[in-house]
Amino acid sequence: MDEEVAAETRKDTEVAPALIAVHPDRHSAAVAVGPELRVFNLLGNCAVSLVDDSVTGEQPFHKDNIRAIRFGAKGKLFVSAGDDKTLKIWSTQSWHCVSTVSSEKRVTAVAISNEGLHVCFADKFGLVWVVDLNQTSQYKKLTPTPLLSHYCSIITSLEFSPDNRFIISADRDFKIRVTNFPKNLLNGAHEIQSFCLGHTEFVSCLAFVPAQESPHSLLLSGSGDSTVRLWDISSGALLDTCEVAIKAGLLESDGNAEEHDHAVTDLCTTLDGLLVAVAIQSLRGIVLLSCNVSAQTLSFAKVVSIAGETFIPTCLANSSPTKELWMVTGISSLPGYDYPSLARVLVISGIDVEQEPVVLEDDKIPGGEKLLETLQGTTSVDDNAFLAAAEAVKAAMCNLLIKKHYPFENREYRKKTRNDKKLKE
Amino acid sequence: MPDTRVNPTFSKSTGLPRKRFYRARAHSNPLSDSHFPVPLTPAHVDYSLHYPQFFPSSDQVDRSKKIKFADIGCGFGGLLISLSTLFPDTLMIGMELRDKVSEYVKERILSLRVANPGQYQNISVVRTNSMKYIPNHFDKAQLSKMFFLFPDPHFKEKNHRRRVISPFLLDEYAYVLEVGGIIYTITDVEELGEWMKSCLENHPLFEPLTEKELEADPAVKLLSSATEEGQKVARNDGQTFQAIFRRIARPDQIS
Ligand SMILES: C[S@@+](CC[C@H](N)C(=O)[O-])C[C@H]1O[C@@H](n2cnc3c(N)ncnc32)[C@H](O)[C@@H]1O
Repeated sequence: MDEEVAAETRKDTEVAPALIAVHPDRHSAAVAVGPELRVFNLLGNCAVSLVDDSVTGEQPFHKDNIRAIRFGAKGKLFVSAGDDKTLKIWSTQSWHCVSTVSSEKRVTAVAISNEGLHVCFADKFGLVWVVDLNQTSQYKKLTPTPLLSHYCSIITSLEFSPDNRFIISADRDFKIRVTNFPKNLLNGAHEIQSFCLGHTEFVSCLAFVPAQESPHSLLLSGSGDSTVRLWDISSGALLDTCEVAIKAGLLESDGNAEEHDHAVTDLCTTLDGLLVAVAIQSLRGIVLLSCNVSAQTLSFAKVVSIAGETFIPTCLANSSPTKELWMVTGISSLPGYDYPSLARVLVISGIDVEQEPVVLEDDKIPGGEKLLETLQGTTSVDDNAFLAAAEAVKAAMCNLLIKKHYPFENREYRKKTRNDKKLKE
Repeated sequence: MPDTRVNPTFSKSTGLPRKRFYRARAHSNPLSDSHFPVPLTPAHVDYSLHYPQFFPSSDQVDRSKKIKFADIGCGFGGLLISLSTLFPDTLMIGMELRDKVSEYVKERILSLRVANPGQYQNISVVRTNSMKYIPNHFDKAQLSKMFFLFPDPHFKEKNHRRRVISPFLLDEYAYVLEVGGIIYTITDVEELGEWMKSCLENHPLFEPLTEKELEADPAVKLLSSATEEGQKVARNDGQTFQAIFRRIARPDQIS
């Protein structure tokens, strides 16, 4: 019986949410769903054919679910990585894969330093690795070096500080670690600057508020505890907490029984951090928060709802130059439905303090139907499937990130009925 | 405070808890998720529960006095008890993963406090997995001493990552130790002794103490004699291997 439960769990965690990333100058937009990577060229208004010499024939570039994608801050590089234990570095000029880096374990998160010289990735064992793009002029053979470790935890998000001095790692054990990024990478990163502690559930996402005036950048984090928090990374001090699920009216301020239903799944800053878009697992739309950098506060601004369809975003990306928020919802595979995978892309325009945000109609989206066809794989999908997908994504995330607290008797029972070697000793 | 006279788990003659009622599995797997409360941040550690004489009420805790010594994997607590009278004004805590063992240490300290009024008020114990929750208990640069006495060896190569001294975990220990703070390790397993020493030698934030410094340090003398494990090794005339290192500033921070 126990084995069945275990098998069930494995299947659930193997579905992956759809991901989205937008080029910093909005030259292109990328969506990853399952093992598939789709890129649309917004300048040329056409689908991009990616080229990877290390993959032969009709094989997909990634052989298993992609778990992380992102553009470098300068827009020259793009990385993708995931359950197939590979990290691919792409040139955004040619969309050729310039390097495939092997990882010992599945990859859960990636980050690119702001000058574009280093790529960090986290594996399923809580280790963070770095690849140095200076290593060779030809990227082909890059070998990762271990940098730091979150002992026996799953790292959910990685971020370089805007000044590249720190690498920030968040995990499912409620922790955010701020580590000095070393000059000599081969020796590892030993000097911890701070821990940002205060979340009461897994930390799911991180984002920086780029602060020109203040000497220290502020860090934002979202969590399974349904809050977004603001931190001073040099001291680890918690500056402010916004209970987004309560503010959005999803949760009563005294009810915490169903907290996990309202986990924050992604956040994204826009307008140099003045506005923060937040995705919540149960919300058909997004929450906008406003961040006051000088007062170091975070306050609820508004909910932008999506009417007419079931759209609970699984990932957010911003396009600052055009004041747009790009969103995707979807899943790698949906048991019981005819779709091999599902993805739906929406764009909100007018993400600005002075404007009213507008959810764009499909024909108003930059790139129009052509973009949707490329990134979604199709232009129309049955709404019920998205409802089922949202549930499946939620279940997978809970299974992966929330510790199972068995009631005491249950635990004793599990111990007694476990038939692994340990008990035979 | 339990009534020691009618409690069969306490010895009638000494008033101390009997070890046999607190027997537990010899080894536990530090990788499995356990179920004990973890302080959200070091500010959430309730000093009034651990050191009631120093902190009579939980709302008026003087935050300037903090725990300075930590005994990691303290076992039955022998080291804490010896250190308590040697450094009576220093707050110290033992961290122990096994529930029954930490309960035993708790009772042992409470009994000592009753039997010796005014003494043993500066030591306490917490059940936790030190490999995961050190930053939840201590602030940056809070500790001046960390002890790792006779840690579990985890011989197999694939289990080396369960070792309580490892290159990555040393980063966390360096974080909670103040510059000048000292990390003490001892084992009767030669291979583990070599491992702990080389981890410390290769870490940029630690340097070994000199012979002279080792001789002058009263804590060093306790390493092989104060704990239950140490006494067992001594009874069997076993050899021990020590590695004692100091937390140093980052090379480019020394002015
Ligand atoms: C061999 S005993 C030594 C005990 C004591 N230091 C002595 O010298 O007698 C090792 C102890 O470390 C504890 N331990 C092992 N892993 C631990 C962890 N991750 N956190 C806290 N304690 C741990 C074990 O439960 C055990 O009591």
